[in-house]
Amino acid sequence: MPLTNALRDDILASVPSLRAFAISLSGNGDRADDLVQETLLRALANIDSFQPGSNLPAWLFTILRNLFRSDYRKRRREVEDADGSYAKTLKTQPAQQAHLEFEEFRAALDKLPQDQREALILVGASGFSYEDAAAICGCAVGTIKSRVNRARSKLSTLLYVDGAEDFGPDQTVRAVIGGSGG
Amino acid sequence: MKDVKKQGGLNAEIQSRIGHQLRAMYDDVVRQGVPDRFAELIRKLDVAPSDPQLGPTGAPIVKTDGRD
Repeated sequence: MPLTNALRDDILASVPSLRAFAISLSGNGDRADDLVQETLLRALANIDSFQPGSNLPAWLFTILRNLFRSDYRKRRREVEDADGSYAKTLKTQPAQQAHLEFEEFRAALDKLPQDQREALILVGASGFSYEDAAAICGCAVGTIKSRVNRARSKLSTLLYVDGAEDFGPDQTVRAVIGGSGG
Repeated sequence: MKDVKKQGGLNAEIQSRIGHQLRAMYDDVVRQGVPDRFAELIRKLDVAPSDPQLGPTGAPIVKTDGRD
């Protein structure tokens, strides 16, 4: 359908959750915003292929997810947030203890396989149904359910069973911190 | 039986906590709203059908009637 004012407003209204999805996926605020920008440009360029009455957020999330994955294949995951760029995107800095807990959670989330991470975010944070999440990821509903379950189970092991020593800087980060640039 | 129940209760508590942390992380970004760069980007590309003076690119339409 053509870009109408109403559709434009709906796209604009989706931006906050698109950013949250992008940051949750990439772990990097600057990269996330580039991803959102590319998603918007692509959506606007292909707006004619959007079916009126269908789920606009799901359509936009699909574009973003596919962009992230093709980008991911090219670059692999780099050291995320080594410079605290994610924390900088937060408007209110959480208190020290809460911040630590937040960092631990973020680190555990980053340890999940990408398939599981995106499924968990879509269902557990974005609030999509299993059906919508399956459409966004291009897989079966049962696959999404199983990915979400495995993600939850792995997070609970990482955060509450294995102990805190898992949440120090991982080897990559350590290499960056300790290395003199090589 | 007791152990199983306790285990299940602990698990439910952990799951609820994980769900809460996930949403807290996500909603923190959602609450930031729309950064200016995206609002401007979308506004710039708007077709603005209510304004007949502007074409699809936002540039004024120059009417020609075939004569120069």
